[in-house]
Amino acid sequence: MAAELHVELVAADRNVWSGEATLVVARTTSGDIGVMPGHQPLLGVLESGPVTIRTSEGNTVVAAVHGGFISFADNKLSLLTEIAELADEIDVQRAERALERAKAEADAVAERRADVRLRAVTG
Amino acid sequence: MGAQLRVYKRRIRAITATKKITKAMEMIAASRIVKAQRKVAASMPYATELTRAVTAVATGSNTKHALTTEAEQPTRAAILLITSDRGLAGGYSSNAIKQAERLTERLRAEGKEVDTYIVGRKGVAYFGFRERKVADSWTGFTDSPAYDDAKRVAGPLIEAIQLDTAEGGVDELHVVYTEFVSMMTQNAVDGRMLPLSLDKAEEETGAKGEILPLFDFEPSAEDVLDALLPRYVESRIYNALLQSAASEHAARRRAMKSATDNAGDLIKSLSRLANAARQAEITQEISEIVGGASAMADATAGSDK
Repeated sequence: MAAELHVELVAADRNVWSGEATLVVARTTSGDIGVMPGHQPLLGVLESGPVTIRTSEGNTVVAAVHGGFISFADNKLSLLTEIAELADEIDVQRAERALERAKAEADAVAERRADVRLRAVTG
Repeated sequence: MGAQLRVYKRRIRAITATKKITKAMEMIAASRIVKAQRKVAASMPYATELTRAVTAVATGSNTKHALTTEAEQPTRAAILLITSDRGLAGGYSSNAIKQAERLTERLRAEGKEVDTYIVGRKGVAYFGFRERKVADSWTGFTDSPAYDDAKRVAGPLIEAIQLDTAEGGVDELHVVYTEFVSMMTQNAVDGRMLPLSLDKAEEETGAKGEILPLFDFEPSAEDVLDALLPRYVESRIYNALLQSAASEHAARRRAMKSATDNAGDLIKSLSRLANAARQAEITQEISEIVGGASAMADATAGSDK
């Protein structure tokens, strides 16, 4: 059995995903970071962006997170975000509409949010 | 129908209608408690992990931050009071307000000025009626607060605490909310949220005594702490709002249950009175008929002679 780490992806109001994984890739303010089992204890600030979790069954879970933190210790990884959505929860058409609207209104924050959602779905 | 009986009947009808309303409110509140409790439980993982992270940074680095260091001479404190938007919840709002008053009293005795921030229409009305100053207030979401609401509340508070006291900022932040202990017990409690005391934060998450590893901070301990603390405050406020919402529904359910019970008792005793009145009426009618008949009989018997 390959080494695993336990992942908890939690949003402010719910537990989004939890399980075992072999690799987690997330975007911190100082660049993308990949965490594998046995990583040094880490606490970082996340940028909004897609998070990729390679589960121990070999599947890939992608989630769009909008700001938050990553913390890793004792082979337990927690991703704390205010808003997090799994790729299969995202409504692509709605995100596209939101993106167009954000572009039209020049709302940079909303545009980024919609963009992150779309990127999480398309991979 | 006699006048007395008619009055009783009318009152019974009115009380029955009221009872139906209170019964409905009781059931609505009961179903909402469960929902609110579920929301409290769902917000726990985030709060726990966040507290762990804050503790880790604060203990694992020598960083000093405005939100963790106590001012030497605290001169101004902010109180966030969480009440309800609607009444009919027994002593729910007034208990929280009383608790806030006690806390204000205590802080004043310690020589601090007090700025009051209020959530909920009841608290706003209480302060408005007494023409007391309110620093800021929010209404319209106490039934089922969302995380965005907590963010909205936390924003001005964080701003105030980061400001210098001389420029109108505050040194301490206290929160008064109603803790949800069980369906039957809810307590109005106050607690100091900022400056952060780590022992308390650990107690709240049950992470006491856990030895935290030395973390690698990305990008740096200061930046992480800067980003963490506002989130921590938001999450604590969110938790307080959710607990208060659950308590509000529980208090309303209890108040409505006793109102329904009282209405039932009232209907029962009024029905008894109405029955007695009806019986008295019947008895009177019979005695009138009998009296009339015997008078007639007496009269005819007399005329025969």
